[in-house]
Amino acid sequence: MDYRTPLARARGLGSAKAGTVHWWMQRVTAVALIPLSLWWLTFIGHLLKSPYSHTVAWLSKPLNGVLMIAWVLAVFYHAGLGLQVVIEDYVHTEWLKIVSVWMVKLTFVFLALIAVMAIFNIREMV
Amino acid sequence: MVEFALPKNSVLKKGKVFSAPAHAKHIKQFEVYRWDPESGENPRIDTYEIDLDDCGPMVLDAIIKIKNDIDSTLTFRRSCREGICGSCAMNINGKNTLACIKAIEDYPGTIKIFPLPHLAVIKDLVGDLSHFFAQYASIKPWIETQTPPPADRERLQSKEDRKKLDGYYECILCACCSTSCPSYWWNSERFLGPAVLLQAYRWLSDSRDEYAGERLDDLEDPFKLYRCHTIMNCTDTCPKNLNPAKAIAEIKKMLLIRQQG
Repeated sequence: MDYRTPLARARGLGSAKAGTVHWWMQRVTAVALIPLSLWWLTFIGHLLKSPYSHTVAWLSKPLNGVLMIAWVLAVFYHAGLGLQVVIEDYVHTEWLKIVSVWMVKLTFVFLALIAVMAIFNIREMV
Repeated sequence: MVEFALPKNSVLKKGKVFSAPAHAKHIKQFEVYRWDPESGENPRIDTYEIDLDDCGPMVLDAIIKIKNDIDSTLTFRRSCREGICGSCAMNINGKNTLACIKAIEDYPGTIKIFPLPHLAVIKDLVGDLSHFFAQYASIKPWIETQTPPPADRERLQSKEDRKKLDGYYECILCACCSTSCPSYWWNSERFLGPAVLLQAYRWLSDSRDEYAGERLDDLEDPFKLYRCHTIMNCTDTCPKNLNPAKAIAEIKKMLLIRQQG
């Protein structure tokens, strides 16, 4: 039996004084991904048409490398923020929610690191 | 996890059928959700046939007629019968609304009447709104000031500042919007929901209130506020044609401006 008043339940543990940055960064990365993804599509077009060596040479130009890193970071940041929201919406078992959110975050950080590392190393393959 | 299927004891059964009197010419069928906590039975759908020539024009008139003339066991809330008290909020043909301001003739075919979605049902069309109203109380829906009131007059407000409350002060807390919001279905324990957030914005935008900062502090929370994913069911369903989604967007804007200068 729960003898707490409805108001005690509604007030709960109070405000976490957080959430605005998460919400705002999801919008910022979404907007940033519009031009970045258009650029990225031209890269994919390039990749499909050209031989391997041309693609590597194209990607090892500094501007293309920087844009690719920016795209990778924005994509994984955006996806991580989004998946976190999905988990918080639907997973109500407290420990499972915390573990899932951290699994998502760590996985995406790791994937982003792998991608950035690959982009750094691309010059050496030429 | 969130439950997507009804538990066994909530699965609907077919109920009784109350036929219209033989002389009736204009018959309308109403299917109404019935559940009695004392019976121990599953909820059922009872069918009532109503002679429209012997009934008022609104859906609430039909429900009152059922209670008065056909089946007095039907339980529902109603009071003002003119869309200002919010008591007769229910789900009519899949949309939350006030039964008293919806005309029967606007619905073709059978009219299906259910309680507001995703509330614990107390009986028939009556849902448990204790948590909803506790959430309303939690945002302190009254003026908060440090400055004492002027000794000889009321606290003044310009016509322009008064206009800022339009579209918000009209909310009658019928809970149609909150109970139409999937985010509120999944997380109502912590998410305040559109109705309460609209009320919170009503006080944030009141020029006489001096505690906007504290109000924003209390709202800035991943669950209390940011479970809103702009699904827009709230604005779509509001029987008073208000826009809770815009109020929530304005709160998010205020929080952002406060951080970004």
